[in-house]
Amino acid sequence: MRYFLAILFSALTAGLIFLLDRPLGALPPLGPLLGPQHGFWQNAESKDHDFGGSLSLAGLKGKVDVQLDDRLVPHVFAENDEDLYFVQGYLHARFRLFQIDLQTRAAEGRASEFAGDKAIRFDLEQRRLGMRFAAENALAEVEKDPESKLVFDAYTRGVNAYIDGLTQAELPLEYKLLGVQPERWSNIRSALLLKMMARNLSSGTEIDLSLTNAKSVFLPDELKKLYPQVHDSLMPIIPTGTPFADPGITPVRPASADSILFGKSGLEPVLSGEKHAPDPSNGSNNWVLAGSKTSSGAPILCNDPHLELSLPSIWYEMQLQGPNSNVYGVSLPGSPYVIIGFNDSIAWGVTNSQRDVKDYYRIKFNDDSRTEYWFDGQWRKSKIRIEAIEVKGKGTIYDTVAYTIMGPVMFDASFTDTLAKGENLAVRWTGHDASNEGRTFYQLNRAKNYDEYEAAIQHFACPGQNFVFASKTGDIAIWQQGKFPARWPDQGLYIMPGEDSTFFWQGYIPYAENPHVKNPERGFLESANQRPVDGTYPYFVPGRYITPRGVTIEKKLMAMNSVTVQDVMDLHSDYFNSLAEDVRPILLKYVDRAALSATERRYLNLFEQWDLLASPDSKGQTIYECWFDSLQSAIWKDDLDRVYPSAPWPEEQTTMEWLARDSTYMPFIDDRRTDQIETLTELVTNSLKTASVVLQKHEREGKLNWSLFKEPSVNHLLRDALPSFARKKLPVGGNGNIVNAITKSHGPSWRMVVHLTSSTEAYGIYPGGQNGNPGSRFYDDYIDTWVQGKYNKLNLMRRGEESSARWTLTLKPL
Amino acid sequence: MKSLIAVLSTAILSFVAGIFLPWWTVAFAAGLVALLMPQKSFISFLCGFGGVFMLWLGLTIWIDRSNDGLLSARMALVLPVGGNVVFLHLLTAFVGGLIGGLAALSGKHLRSIFSSVAP
Repeated sequence: MRYFLAILFSALTAGLIFLLDRPLGALPPLGPLLGPQHGFWQNAESKDHDFGGSLSLAGLKGKVDVQLDDRLVPHVFAENDEDLYFVQGYLHARFRLFQIDLQTRAAEGRASEFAGDKAIRFDLEQRRLGMRFAAENALAEVEKDPESKLVFDAYTRGVNAYIDGLTQAELPLEYKLLGVQPERWSNIRSALLLKMMARNLSSGTEIDLSLTNAKSVFLPDELKKLYPQVHDSLMPIIPTGTPFADPGITPVRPASADSILFGKSGLEPVLSGEKHAPDPSNGSNNWVLAGSKTSSGAPILCNDPHLELSLPSIWYEMQLQGPNSNVYGVSLPGSPYVIIGFNDSIAWGVTNSQRDVKDYYRIKFNDDSRTEYWFDGQWRKSKIRIEAIEVKGKGTIYDTVAYTIMGPVMFDASFTDTLAKGENLAVRWTGHDASNEGRTFYQLNRAKNYDEYEAAIQHFACPGQNFVFASKTGDIAIWQQGKFPARWPDQGLYIMPGEDSTFFWQGYIPYAENPHVKNPERGFLESANQRPVDGTYPYFVPGRYITPRGVTIEKKLMAMNSVTVQDVMDLHSDYFNSLAEDVRPILLKYVDRAALSATERRYLNLFEQWDLLASPDSKGQTIYECWFDSLQSAIWKDDLDRVYPSAPWPEEQTTMEWLARDSTYMPFIDDRRTDQIETLTELVTNSLKTASVVLQKHEREGKLNWSLFKEPSVNHLLRDALPSFARKKLPVGGNGNIVNAITKSHGPSWRMVVHLTSSTEAYGIYPGGQNGNPGSRFYDDYIDTWVQGKYNKLNLMRRGEESSARWTLTLKPL
Repeated sequence: MKSLIAVLSTAILSFVAGIFLPWWTVAFAAGLVALLMPQKSFISFLCGFGGVFMLWLGLTIWIDRSNDGLLSARMALVLPVGGNVVFLHLLTAFVGGLIGGLAALSGKHLRSIFSSVAP
């Protein structure tokens, strides 16, 4: 009996521990999560937590001082570059370990290791796009350059110095919740992180597959109307009238282009497509004013990159001072360098070019093994890459990707949306080519003048970016920099034949001919994801451009003089809706007031009296969005539905411009599904009626105000899994095509203003906080400031000013 | 008095062991105390339960106060306690207490084996 009880209770104890030590259904392992000396309670950071101290770390060469200010921004003072980037890696890991681990795993197509089987399709897309292949090519280029290799190596050692010293109690909370462990860093992961940015910014800027579908229904002339290359209202980055040099390369249109691209053969619809394509609202603004436009006489540079807003933020603010550099700005955790910022001599910022640098080619394989493909009249061997995806709790799944000389075959019979016949489509993407974008930032961090800035950006290939620049010596400039194929007109808009090199890119636009301006007469420059140039640029430059923000910024800056820092801060927060300014007269002209009910007329009145500002409490903005959305649907849906499986929607800008011109537009106005011929008046009136139903529902719920209708949120990286870690329903207005470009999930991920006076006056804010730990008061402490459109002062700390720091962390060699 | 000493020893031993060893080390602390301090079965259970329960509750309250309740508010919506922070503290302490109690019972009965085989 005694034995029995002893064994019984011991077994019960052991059994309970066993059960609590692993996940129970959807619940994380409760024992290690709840235990107050190991679990999540340990991540509840004391409000008086001391971030300072002294540490000895293997791998450091000398002593490094890290002065942390009261916002937890580190000011790093190192004696050599190796130590500088070692400590950058260490700090990124210290404050953002889960983020960098998750993001680089996801970039490589390993999200399923954390998220389980719901991430398999996402992972497959990353693998099939060749993200690892792209990162390997980039890393080979990085490691050819001794300085870059030294930086990457040091950064990796720094991340690992932190990971290796971690205890279970210190493990970031998300690992405890998911029941997973961090993986050590390596240089390829930094390369993967930069490729993730390349994918987010340059892989969603084409619509080749759906345009190919559209082409099977619409005539070439209709395609030009639906998807025009240059908008009437465009205000390009390079001011109209700026002369362009004669092209250094003139791509030759293949004789067969018209019959192959627009002929009646090969018109089967494509059944594939990315399910996780990057969001086209990944946009940005930047602008720069010369001394002639400012009240101080010193240039002012501004930037606000619009990305998915997340907690922790994609950005981490810091100052890096080494033997030959002293730079402040935001870094991308997972990569060395400051990406957007300023130093003692210059400031720079970036926006996305939105250029199309990714094309698809049809491949003919020998058979389902896809080991050989037909090219130049013979069978060529494809390179086969076996992809193993480890799925949390479910074992490993495998996928086979064939690589051709064009690139990986992203879509084939084994990877489509439907069970029907899938085509073999190889991807040609500049992101796959060897390049060392980090080198640009290494040099920009150290650049002292225009020439050094221009030299720095020569290393930048993908994603194409608009690098805005200002120096204390008074120069301002902008370059749209990147590796862009020199295309013949229409090349790359649709899937192209891949049986020989006829339809290949014939070369690249020489870097010197990339759109650029230095010190324009008018004293300012801006970019906001619009088409970089007007129709006089000698190259065909397709992309997914956004026109209205550029129009607003251009008009505002044009009208401003003696500009102050406060003026440009106000512009960052500007809610003016330029597109609505053009759309409103059209809607008011065609709406049939007599046909409206009392409620509909009330909405119409609110819309008519609207101040055209997308402010948080605006009802007019909500009415505008709902009305214009349903009008677009009324105009296009019947036409687009003829395309199987789907065609791209024309841009709002396109709809507006055609409505403004009206007459030639009529064939699209009529609803093909009805016998009678609809008029624009009917469409405009009926779409207000349709919108009113939605508006009434929201009004009843008290959600007619724009911010309540839109519900902008900053989610945790694990999104719906952890809603209580998010900041939801923020009282902010704006929208994707408004300068203050806050949508439901995207927006200004960093607002920066640099006034290049002798002592540099700089301000910045991002919607997050320096510490990725949800148990820290520094997790989301910038969000309220960001919501109010306010900024933190950015202090480029000098040696001897250490007393302004809150904590001092001293790192020494072991 | 003996029970009080058992409770306190369980708590102290659990805390010290927890600094170096995994979370389930409380089982050894509670078991060891019951092995060395013979009591009736139910009393052993209560001492083991109480020692760990009080330690864990004390720790969570202390941690939560110095954190201004930032994280517990978020976690109370992640774990099945319906957003109630008090329940989150009690759930934590209960899990620890249950392991402590069962481990103490095991220790108590193991002692009976040793004492019966001892000459």
